[in-house]
Amino acid sequence: MTETLPGAAVPNPLDEAAITAAVDQAVAAIAAASTLDELKAVRLAHTGEKSALSLANREIGALPKDQKAAAGKLMGASRGRVNKALADRTVELEAENDARILVEETVDVTAAPRRRRAGARHPLSTLQDRVADIFVGMGWEIAEGPEVESEWFNFDALNFKPDHPAREMQDTFFVEPPEAHLLMRTHTSPVQVRSMLEREVPIYVLCPGKVFRTDELDATHTPVFHQFEGLAIDKGLSMADLRGTLEHFARQMFGDEAQIRLRPNYFPFTEPSAELDIWHPGAKGGPRWIEWGGCGMVNPNVLRAAGIDPDVFSGFAFGMGIERTLMFRNEVGDMRDMIEGDVRFSEHFGMEI
Amino acid sequence: MRIPLSWLREFAAVPAGATAEDVMAELVKVGLEEEAVHRPTDALQGPIVVGQVLSLVKEPQSNGKTINWCQVRVVPEGQEQTLTGDGIDPSGVQGIICGAHNFVEGDKVVVTLPGAVLPGDFRISARKTYGHLSAGMIASVRELGIGEDHDGILVLSRIGLDPELGTDAMELLGLYDQAAEINVTPDRSYCFSIRGVAREYAHATGTGFTDPASKVQAPAALAGGYPVKLNDDAPIYGKPGCDRFVARTVHGVDATRPTPPWMSARLRLAGIRSISLPVDISNYVMLELGQPLHFYDQDKLSGEIVVRRAVAGEKLKTLDGKDRALDAEDLLITDGSGPIGVAGVMGGAATEVSDATSTILIEAAHFEEVSIARSRRRHKLPSEASKRFERGVDWHVAHVAAQRAVDLLVELAGGTADEAGTDVGTAPAPVTVQLPAAFAAERIGIDFTEEQILTSLQDLGAVVEKTGTGYSVTAPSWRNDLETKEDLSEEIARLVGYDKIPATLPVAPPGRGLTRVQQQRRRLVQALADAGLTEVMAYPFVSKAANDTFGVAAAGAERKALKLANPISEEHGYLRTSILPGLIEVAKRNHSRGFRDLALFESGLVFLPGDTLGTASIPPLGAKPSDEVLDGLYDGVPDQPLHLAAVLTGHDSPAAPAHTPRAWDWADALDIARLAGDVLGVELVVSKGQHQAFHPGRAAQLALRSGEVVGYAGELHPKLLAAHDMPARSVALELNADALFEAAADVIVARHISSYPVATQDVALVVAAEVAADEVLAALREGAGELLEEVSLFDVYAGKGIEEGKKSLAFNLRFRADDRTLTADEASAARDSAVAAAHERFGAVQR
Repeated sequence: MTETLPGAAVPNPLDEAAITAAVDQAVAAIAAASTLDELKAVRLAHTGEKSALSLANREIGALPKDQKAAAGKLMGASRGRVNKALADRTVELEAENDARILVEETVDVTAAPRRRRAGARHPLSTLQDRVADIFVGMGWEIAEGPEVESEWFNFDALNFKPDHPAREMQDTFFVEPPEAHLLMRTHTSPVQVRSMLEREVPIYVLCPGKVFRTDELDATHTPVFHQFEGLAIDKGLSMADLRGTLEHFARQMFGDEAQIRLRPNYFPFTEPSAELDIWHPGAKGGPRWIEWGGCGMVNPNVLRAAGIDPDVFSGFAFGMGIERTLMFRNEVGDMRDMIEGDVRFSEHFGMEI
Repeated sequence: MRIPLSWLREFAAVPAGATAEDVMAELVKVGLEEEAVHRPTDALQGPIVVGQVLSLVKEPQSNGKTINWCQVRVVPEGQEQTLTGDGIDPSGVQGIICGAHNFVEGDKVVVTLPGAVLPGDFRISARKTYGHLSAGMIASVRELGIGEDHDGILVLSRIGLDPELGTDAMELLGLYDQAAEINVTPDRSYCFSIRGVAREYAHATGTGFTDPASKVQAPAALAGGYPVKLNDDAPIYGKPGCDRFVARTVHGVDATRPTPPWMSARLRLAGIRSISLPVDISNYVMLELGQPLHFYDQDKLSGEIVVRRAVAGEKLKTLDGKDRALDAEDLLITDGSGPIGVAGVMGGAATEVSDATSTILIEAAHFEEVSIARSRRRHKLPSEASKRFERGVDWHVAHVAAQRAVDLLVELAGGTADEAGTDVGTAPAPVTVQLPAAFAAERIGIDFTEEQILTSLQDLGAVVEKTGTGYSVTAPSWRNDLETKEDLSEEIARLVGYDKIPATLPVAPPGRGLTRVQQQRRRLVQALADAGLTEVMAYPFVSKAANDTFGVAAAGAERKALKLANPISEEHGYLRTSILPGLIEVAKRNHSRGFRDLALFESGLVFLPGDTLGTASIPPLGAKPSDEVLDGLYDGVPDQPLHLAAVLTGHDSPAAPAHTPRAWDWADALDIARLAGDVLGVELVVSKGQHQAFHPGRAAQLALRSGEVVGYAGELHPKLLAAHDMPARSVALELNADALFEAAADVIVARHISSYPVATQDVALVVAAEVAADEVLAALREGAGELLEEVSLFDVYAGKGIEEGKKSLAFNLRFRADDRTLTADEASAARDSAVAAAHERFGAVQR
């Protein structure tokens, strides 16, 4: 840094060489300043009141009139150069300073904490919503009912004869006392019966919900699981309408390539009845048909139980397991993962399926 | 039902090379679902041949056992071995070590030669043992996987065989056969027989079918046989329990003769163990024709057989050796001595066929389905016979099956058929169904041709007559499931092929979308998940203790709850009245797996029985009950409101650089409860709560404006947490979500938004420590009047400067007018009026 030494000669404001030397000295000092603080010192030294240039400038007043203009011009230009150099260097150093602060403030973004806890939906509940949305989009409505149900809604109204083996095959949980004829619904079909009793035809409803069977929990069974069942009652419905509805639904769920297959089967509440398979191109172990659910044309006795004339109206019904759908759609290998509530299971899915 | 292919092939055109998989692929088309393949050769490989023990040297061992060093010829005398391979002796004689002792020199046995594989991937090779090179094994039935017999080596003479040496023993024992196992739905009892499945195979493949019944030469009428009387004085649903009883007698039977291997092989593949020749014959005929039979030792019968209902107090020792008390509804076979069998379910021990039996009386009866089903259930006696009877058996096959059994007893057991026989009962009237011409097409959506309809129904065995408007169809006697025009439509569709059904998409009428409650439920669940909680779904099965603790606020009170009659475990024998017990179990499970920081929630139904429980009777099927009866059904179903509950343990977030996790506390539980209220637009009134599951000083009761209590939130009781091995300070909440949904406003009326400036005032009020802040706040709000826009508590202080037993509550009051800028005086006056109200109610003094 160049300081003006005390007692140093004040250059003559007409002495161009001396003034230029002082300016050069100032400009060099400005250029050499490497921080804003240094630059401040340089500014005081070269433009402050005691600086050679300021002192020389002050000398102009004492000069003869005819020399004042020349001296003024020289000093003005000289001080202008110094000020410009100062301003430029200030901008430079400020920019450097700003940049340095940003560098100094740099953090390791990969070490960021998660401050907000990420919640999660249970995938069965997410899937249930998605299925409902597809049917709502088709103009269907969603119907619900109680999980502890009267035996009549669960069996008799659905044409299960009292002593028929089909009734036992449902592995029912009964509620005490047996004389009260209450049970845990073995399927969501009682909701269909309630819907038929409570609504006017035409009826297009989807009934999702929890159902119960006396199976021990293992990799493929659980005593508590979820179903969704659809029911359509209208004039002139046929199995072709059933197939069309299932095909549409399958494509919404699994993409345009999805295919379904119907196979003859038996359910007391439908006639004809069919087993529904879905073609799973991405199945583990290669593409194959996967059993998805049951369906059929509503048995006339079921319509009669709800006071609907089977000679005027017909209908179809279908039902699928939500657990099963999740198992093959999302490759859940073990039923227990859906039941036990291990947070890793739900959290892996988050809000999606 | 398991179908041995060799058996099926007798009556249907199954290609020679067809596998069980091929057969199942055909049968699935007509609705017989594939279950499994049973194929001995999957676990068993040759060479396994017939050998003869030429010499047998007993060699005692140091361990006390004696082994046999045998020379076994495995090719015919004078011939050389044509098989080659490691350990197979070119001479045709194998040296074999054998530990069993139930055979002697000269016996023909089954030899598994080196290179053979036995079930359990047991590979046979020549190996040094007991000082000899043992090149093969003399096999037992157990080792061959064809029986459980522990008696040692299979000596072929004992099963009636004397084959040439070197014969392929797998062929001899029927081990190259295989069975297709199919699932038979409960409506199609006729498929519990080879007869029925062969017919279905023919339907599926469009090939020929020979009815096994047609191959039996049964006499058209029987007379003079064992006396039998049908005497049902208490028919169920008005149907007699037995409407046909055919009895045939075979004399001079040798019951000890071995069952021929072809028969035991088929039975085994069909899943039925070989017991004795007579038992095997009765099972064989049942499998072939679908008619269950019962054989009696006729010499042990006394007097006329009467089929009747039991009378109270009667007992019977059944074949399984158990004494059974009979119910008045049980249909019995009786003779002069009393009951000798529960009809169609199980015979009695006293008249059982034994090795000593020489005269066999064959019963081929037709029993009514419901009667059999009830007896089977009552006595917990599921059997192959009851399975068929309770689903329905062909009335017209009984005498055929009896004849088939007679023929087999004559052929295989050396018996002589008695010319006389018994056949009593009345055939049911055949069922004739009117099928309108267009009905099947309308129901299925395929334009069936008349030819398709006629052919399909006739192929089933139905008699079809064309009428002016359609078809009059008489179902075959073995199809008790064809009763309506809908049933016939299914048959036509099934035989034409479900794959021919086109797809049309019906259009539903314009709908309303999700109902408001459905939307509210979704919002609630999503809000909690968005707030960082994890949704779980626990079982609703809990203990009585759990209900008594979580389901009721006051300690010592018993929670009325539903009990299951047949729970998975007695420990969890009740239905939940609270979501919390399940959530706590889930929390514990997560803890045990190393997850300590948890925020779990579940929404689900709880079960709250009232005074009315169910109905004493239920209306019949196929008809709409009266409104009164329906109301009874509705009212009998217990209340099942939707509850929402959460349990939080540990910290709110994981530890991380520059971040300190916060331990969940009671206020978090309350905060989540309030969030639930907020997203539904329902204000929850918080007050100090008393619930036995919660910390007495850190629990809030949550109520609606109406005063209805809708839940609790706070810290769980320390003792309860300790008892459940849960972390201290765990917090929880539970809300009746249905009550919140109901309380939500239908329409929210907008509030005017004033743009005039705000005037804020802070006040610090000293009150007694036990005064609830929320109540002081309510007093301020009331006292402040209309100018108050918002009041909030921002600090609570006790300690230096505040008298012992008191606390200071700091509130921020925000005033604003709708129509003008408030003056400082107006704001101060409103504040003073608010403070005055608090003072009046709680003695609050401004600091």
